[in-house]
Amino acid sequence: MVSPDPDNELVARLRAGDEQAFVALVRSHHDSMIKVASSLVPSSAVAEEVVQETWLAVLRGIGGFQERSSLRTWLFRILVNRARTAGEKERRSVAVADPGPAVDAARFDSSGSWASPPEQWLEDAEDRAQAGKIADRIRSAIDDLPGRQRQVVTLRDIEGMTSGEVRSVLDISEINQRVLLHRGRSRVRQVIENEFGRSR
Amino acid sequence: MMRLAARLRRDIVCQQAVELVSDYLEGALSRSARRRLEVHLAGCPHCGEYLAQMRKTIELTGSLTEADLTPQMQDEFIAIYRLWRAEPGP
Repeated sequence: MVSPDPDNELVARLRAGDEQAFVALVRSHHDSMIKVASSLVPSSAVAEEVVQETWLAVLRGIGGFQERSSLRTWLFRILVNRARTAGEKERRSVAVADPGPAVDAARFDSSGSWASPPEQWLEDAEDRAQAGKIADRIRSAIDDLPGRQRQVVTLRDIEGMTSGEVRSVLDISEINQRVLLHRGRSRVRQVIENEFGRSR
Repeated sequence: MMRLAARLRRDIVCQQAVELVSDYLEGALSRSARRRLEVHLAGCPHCGEYLAQMRKTIELTGSLTEADLTPQMQDEFIAIYRLWRAEPGP
């Protein structure tokens, strides 16, 4: 399923020489690019550098960019390739599947039913002031995820990519993508519960 | 009796349900697994709450607003853009 890419209009403007269109495009992907790059390279300084190099490569290639493909997929593929080259980190730790369960086993009784059920926080999320705090906590929880989970959650849930786009950017299998997404999202939910949950 | 026993064996428990929630939301469960999970969810308010929280987590993550670039970062990106504009065409 290919939806119209919201970046296309900005791409047309930046091709025409509009600096502000370029800045707007950078801004709309910057946080996610830093999150993904940081998960692959040893320092935030290197991550910033990789992001800048990626944008230069994007500008240089923009003439040949086909608008029927999505800019963000192309952008993140360049980013991941450059970050993998720049960082030795991931090559050393190949495919570390996180064996941890979605919810700590201690919260279930011997029959597998909840002994300590999920604490409530959904109402808080409707409150504007609390929602801001929850959003801040989500941001840092994603930053704390293991590298591969962070990549998948950032691309799927912040950037809004489809699973197909994520698989093509990270070059991983569908099952792997789903496992990483499941672990990452479960962990973020748990962090919110730990901080904002209360038993009823 | 036999049929009930067989059905009970196939029933899922909460600890399994929380591991199926992501595949459920991704539409990646088989029909029978989906049905079993839905039966469980219909009878288990805690797992219903858990599913609602996962949905909300995804929604909140999707609506994180991007932090603004610092003026220094903006200048750096504008410099990259000008560098590119100044490059000779292909």
